Amino acid sequence: MFSLIFNRLMLAIPSLIGVVIVTFLLTRALPGDPAAYFAGPAATEQAIAEIRAKLGTDKPLIVQFGRYVSDLARGELGNSLTTGQSVAKEIATRLPASAELTLIGLMLVVILAVPMGILAATRPGSWIDHVTRIVSTAGVSLPVFFTGLLLVYVFYYRLGLSPSPVGRLDVFLSAPPHITGFYLIDAALARDAEVFVAALKQLILPALTLAIFALAPIARMTRASMLAVLSADFVRTARASGLSSSKVIVTYAFRNAVLPVITTLGMVLSFLLGANVLVEKVFAWPGIGSFAVEALIASDYAPVQGFVLTMAALYVALNLAIDIAYGLIDPRVRISS
Amino acid sequence: MSTNASALRHARYVLGENPVTAFAFGLFVLIVLAAILGPSVVPYDPLASNTSRALQAPSAQHWFGTDQLGRDIFSRVIVATRLDLFIAIASVALVFMLGGLSGVAAGYFGGWVDKVVMRIADTIMAFPLFVLAMGIVAALGNSVQNIILATAIVNFPLYARVARSEANIRREAGYIEAARLSGNGDARIVLTQILPNIIPILVVQMSLTMGYAILNAAGLSFIGLGVRPPTPEWGIMVAEGAAFMVSGEWWIAFFPGLALMLAVFCFNLLGDGLRDIVDPRRRT
Repeated sequence: MFSLIFNRLMLAIPSLIGVVIVTFLLTRALPGDPAAYFAGPAATEQAIAEIRAKLGTDKPLIVQFGRYVSDLARGELGNSLTTGQSVAKEIATRLPASAELTLIGLMLVVILAVPMGILAATRPGSWIDHVTRIVSTAGVSLPVFFTGLLLVYVFYYRLGLSPSPVGRLDVFLSAPPHITGFYLIDAALARDAEVFVAALKQLILPALTLAIFALAPIARMTRASMLAVLSADFVRTARASGLSSSKVIVTYAFRNAVLPVITTLGMVLSFLLGANVLVEKVFAWPGIGSFAVEALIASDYAPVQGFVLTMAALYVALNLAIDIAYGLIDPRVRISS
Repeated sequence: MSTNASALRHARYVLGENPVTAFAFGLFVLIVLAAILGPSVVPYDPLASNTSRALQAPSAQHWFGTDQLGRDIFSRVIVATRLDLFIAIASVALVFMLGGLSGVAAGYFGGWVDKVVMRIADTIMAFPLFVLAMGIVAALGNSVQNIILATAIVNFPLYARVARSEANIRREAGYIEAARLSGNGDARIVLTQILPNIIPILVVQMSLTMGYAILNAAGLSFIGLGVRPPTPEWGIMVAEGAAFMVSGEWWIAFFPGLALMLAVFCFNLLGDGLRDIVDPRRRT
């Protein structure tokens, strides 16, 4: 088991190196000279050269790269041009908001899509099978920002069920004491039911938006892999031995069918992390996505770079976790490694 | 000729058997017509504002209502088709060239070419794709060309992988050996023997990724990258209407969003249908 984890960690390293190189190259591809930008339009040639020396952009590319990597190693992501704040600090304070949203979204997807897939597979051709197919095809075609806006219109404007779609908490409430940065967990730890419910109400629409977007791949994969497993010999044997249908489906079939579903989770996470940015914009969610979008509009590159790097690192880490989970669930993976 | 006729028969059979694909095909024709004829048939100038008619709900005069500047949303949605479709087609065509060719080269030559191409593809796959697209557009500059380029780059791994595995299968095939023995060079074999054989598979890939390309580009313009207002484009129009959703003027964001959804839906269904025609084994 440990060798599996170790091997998989080794495989993640080239990806991380690639991510660092790409984010570095992207800054160097920026149009114009950042030194001239910092110096302002009235600067003399000499002033620009000085700033260039200070920024290190007069050095060869490889030296600049070395500096970039050593900055990264110290957790330094540069400063925002517009606010002058440290990007790393800003991302660290905003990350829990994005993480909470993405994780709840992921949980909702799994809760909705897996039973849909199982039901569709156990009753092929029934109405639930058709509903699953329609919902999953439509879900993947719906632009995530559009779904979000429709949900806002229906649940906020029409039905008045959900609070105003702005931020993580009603303006009249104060945030729970910071422990994990996840409002739901912090509020639960502080035994503050009012804040917990308010935070949940703010969270449910954006999380549902994410879930609808990511529903299709998981529901489809669950259905396909359940169909394959249900026609396998061991399921027939289990049925023939007189086991109850729920035992056959849950313990025998599903445990085997879950493996491809877990693999799909990797792709779904790529979707979710990207869609997160759009959802944060729609719901004015104070996460790292909206931070990056604000910086993008102001052509402030350091925050965008920090954001891309953080997201990629998260994605690599989550994929690693998925692969390790795969090894834990499927003993065959452990033996073959 | 007989293979063409039988392919056509097969296509007609698939369309007849599969009303969903036929529906998608009909929708596709409509979208293409809107893209070609759109600007000359719409009832209003998509850019002309008229503040006395601002924020009107859909009516007989303005089928999709008017926006905060009194522009006719129906005209804007139709006119926007051309730009949205152009961005998607251009990016898909670009990645078809880049990804298809380097994938074929990787699969045919193997060795270091293969290593380099696959390393690039793996690095791209290490990013959440939309996030990488944002980073690329932010770095290269906020323009439509860069939206196209970014959308092509994030789709690169898909094309490169498909083309690589298809070329790899065919590398040792009899007709390739024959071509080699009759004195053809590698470049010639790749271009005249391998590429034509895997084009159908790549075309399916193109129509499957068209939907994603449209979504990606619209998402980028929704957050303010690429196309700029007042140019009619679906993503921007949804963004402009977003603020009015909470005050009940739903039509401003709804109709462009619906157009976007139908276009993506159409290409996704069409992609599935085309795959059934080209490669019936992969039917799910």
